[in-house]
Amino acid sequence: MRRRNLEELFFKFLMVLATLIVGGSFFLIVGTIFYKGAPYMTFDMLTKIPGGGFYIGKEGGILNAIIGSMYVAGGATILGLIISIPVAIYINMYMDGQKFLANTLRMVFDVLFGIPSIVYGAFGFLIMVYFGLRASLLGGIIAVTLLVIPILVRTLDEVIRTVPLELRDAALSLGSTRWETAKVVLRAIRPGIITAILISFGRAIGDVAAVLFTAGFSDNIPTSLHEPAATLPLAIFFQLGSPIEEVQGRGYASALILTIVVLIITILSELLVKKFYKHKS
Amino acid sequence: MTKDKAHISVQDLNVHIGGNHILKDINIDIPNKSVTSIIGPSGCGKTTLLKTFNRLHDTAADVKVTGKVLVDGEDIYDPNTEITHIRKKMGLLSQRPYPLPMSIYDNVAYGPRIHGIRKKQDLDIIVEKQLKATALWNEVKDRLNSSATRLSIGQQQRLCLARGLAVGPEIILGDESTSALDPVSTSIIEDLFVKLKQDYSIVLVTHILRQAARVSDYIIFVYNGRIVEYGKTEQVLRDPHEELTKEYVKGYIV
Repeated sequence: MRRRNLEELFFKFLMVLATLIVGGSFFLIVGTIFYKGAPYMTFDMLTKIPGGGFYIGKEGGILNAIIGSMYVAGGATILGLIISIPVAIYINMYMDGQKFLANTLRMVFDVLFGIPSIVYGAFGFLIMVYFGLRASLLGGIIAVTLLVIPILVRTLDEVIRTVPLELRDAALSLGSTRWETAKVVLRAIRPGIITAILISFGRAIGDVAAVLFTAGFSDNIPTSLHEPAATLPLAIFFQLGSPIEEVQGRGYASALILTIVVLIITILSELLVKKFYKHKS
Repeated sequence: MTKDKAHISVQDLNVHIGGNHILKDINIDIPNKSVTSIIGPSGCGKTTLLKTFNRLHDTAADVKVTGKVLVDGEDIYDPNTEITHIRKKMGLLSQRPYPLPMSIYDNVAYGPRIHGIRKKQDLDIIVEKQLKATALWNEVKDRLNSSATRLSIGQQQRLCLARGLAVGPEIILGDESTSALDPVSTSIIEDLFVKLKQDYSIVLVTHILRQAARVSDYIIFVYNGRIVEYGKTEQVLRDPHEELTKEYVKGYIV
């Protein structure tokens, strides 16, 4: 009896320890960024583009990177959604007789999901070279779109599979065509689409490797798709690489901004999903 | 069409699903403007038989159907038959209500809309008529725009019936339509079936013999994929000709 109790205690201790390490890391990361970045977190950081000598410690902010990241992540998510929704619908609702092919496609998207983003960056870069494009907002959006498509397809695929088959049967029994039935399914998964959008946006805004060669970097806010665009992760990378203490501090402030953006997106998605599911049966 | 004239006529129907022979040599005429119940033990093929009537198997993989199903003399498995046209003729009421993810009004208006009725006045008339036909109007008339999922499950099932009727079907198919409902809702739905048979042909799958006795004019007893007995309700339940039927209905005491 004693031995069993000790065993119980020991494994409980291990579980609590592991949980503490994970939870602690989160607070340690956020705490470090906050501690190092907060002193440099000025209003200018959010509202100004880099002024002259920004990278040697003079005035300015990273509005260029904030806007650039929003453009890249937003553009890629919209573009990705336009491609992914038809794919997910097709796999689930038009390939009834081709289960093997459908599952093979799912596996392909799983593999694509696992490919490191630097590969998408390199591939995007090759496409750009082929079409004679220079590092630009458009190039960044294309590379990040490639990155988020597998995420979107697999998320939407899972969501569509939660819709009861009987709901489709109900729509079909009323004389709906497949496409009309698909529209009913799309209505039923609206909360899931929002989740997919936010997951994709969160992944897109934080990725550095895909935009490294493709989006370029600029101190200005891009006014067209063909201009290079700064992104937050790259801005952090450059700032932290600086030997000047103040610029490094701003790097942490930039990281804080990025973390807060991602945090807001995560909380927003939780809230939206709860709100939508309230109306579900 | 006159009463008792065959509305659905099944000829030499065989259904295989994934290599299993589910329905074997089915030959049957289902009469017009009556309630016909399909009874039998679980897994005997009752639901499969019902679903062959509106070709819902088309959405499933590896289903093979041979033979003919004639509705008003038209073979619904003929490759030239438009499937949406067949399904429009039949309303399906499934085991559990699955309201469409939209308002009460839009649930009923959905069918007429996809079949081309766009005018608000016309839709209003249809919605009111069908919600009255399913005894739901008084309960929901003040909240037609609220979500259909907020109704009780019994109300949802009546809404699903109204939604099916709004398309203007000739046949109502019920697949154990009361199995998820409480006794009060069950009795409302049963009364509706009895009332609706004046205008529609109704085919129900049920495993409740008392329900079959209460609502149906004819009973089909299916066992192991074959039709064992088919006749008037009274006769099948009280004086079955077949041994298998006797075994199955002996739990039913009048």
